Amino acid sequence: MPQFSIKNIAIKGISAAVPKFEYNNMSYDWVPEKERPLMIKTIGVETRRIAAKGTATTDLCFSAAEKLINSLNWEKSEIQALILVTQTSDYQIPSSAIILQDRLNLPKSCMAFDINLGCSGYVYGLSVISSLMASGGIKKALLLAGDVSTLNANYRDKSAYPLFGDAGTATALELDSNAEPMFFNLNSDGSGHKAIYVPHGGMRRFVDKDSFEEELIADGIYRTGIQIALNGLEVFNFSLREVAPNVQSLLQSQEKTIDDVDYFVFHQANRLMNETIRKKLKIDPEKFPYSIGKYGNTSSASIPLTILHCLSKEISNGKTNLLLSGFGVGLSWGSVLLQTNNVVCTEIIDYNG
Amino acid sequence: MKAEDFILKIEDEFEDLEKGKLKPESNFREFFDWNSINALIFIALVDSEYDVTITPDDIRNSETIMDLFNTIIAKKSS
Repeated sequence: MPQFSIKNIAIKGISAAVPKFEYNNMSYDWVPEKERPLMIKTIGVETRRIAAKGTATTDLCFSAAEKLINSLNWEKSEIQALILVTQTSDYQIPSSAIILQDRLNLPKSCMAFDINLGCSGYVYGLSVISSLMASGGIKKALLLAGDVSTLNANYRDKSAYPLFGDAGTATALELDSNAEPMFFNLNSDGSGHKAIYVPHGGMRRFVDKDSFEEELIADGIYRTGIQIALNGLEVFNFSLREVAPNVQSLLQSQEKTIDDVDYFVFHQANRLMNETIRKKLKIDPEKFPYSIGKYGNTSSASIPLTILHCLSKEISNGKTNLLLSGFGVGLSWGSVLLQTNNVVCTEIIDYNG
Repeated sequence: MKAEDFILKIEDEFEDLEKGKLKPESNFREFFDWNSINALIFIALVDSEYDVTITPDDIRNSETIMDLFNTIIAKKSS
């Protein structure tokens, strides 16, 4: 551990919803106009979706889940587990997944809870839900992953504001004795927990009137205590150090090489960062899809959103070998090697809100 | 490994840089109108070209291109 395999679980379908409103980073006037092209080229985010005030993570995930259940012709009464990976839950208490159990009309026999993870969350979520299904004999389950990250980024914070986009996704999983095993490699390093964090609002530092004071942190960076604090250089450094070895050791443990994988779907962190990791691992650009240009960094939704944006055709027809890798906030990182077989991919929903 | 090659790689990466102006003794913060985006590009360039990862501290503790290059050499040989 933490390298392990899970057998008999198949991904049956993937769906996603993004807010309709598209923001173009060329119009981000907190950064001088002449600097915007280099910023956009470096982070790789041309446009991104921003949720309307009042739109929550569960609205996007609900929309994605409803569409997926309908596309698969699943009976809701058969869904026995619902996990939501999010760091922007509707309330501090309770878990938002439980709200969705009711809103989606899932039976009370369905277990539901949240996982508080971001960039690495989809891979972790897959491991948790698949383990539960395999050990508990759960036949059908939904993994939801999404965030409305734009909500707690300060407009006058050039290190965070232009990066994030909002999205909610749903992945349907089924117990299937024909499914190939999934192989996971999961890691954590809490010494870096302040590299991406929201300082106020938890019980360590509860919200008070100071939490709303805007402070100048560095050149071009203002924020309050309840907004996201992102140390881009630390995260960049961590990702260059840890991701490639994690992927390599996972491949080696299965006696596989880069060539055995059809597509590497990585968390859409920042284009320069992903490109540097891709070159380190010597992966062909054709096998390394991106959604960051259109949708930005969408936190735990980025891997399923990238699959839908770039690989819908490929994974809905026959078998595909994928390596998924998430890395970031925590610090937390993980990869999974899996084979998909005829996955139902729905069109990305433009959510009105 | 030479500092001159490092400079050529930097000139390749930053396309609008006038060739031949950057010297080993140049203070990169003054030369580049330094910001965090440039720092990211430097870290990425060094990683791709030399297969070593320089840290934000390494950059903080360097003034000239030669300082950075010496850090790369030190990391390469350790």
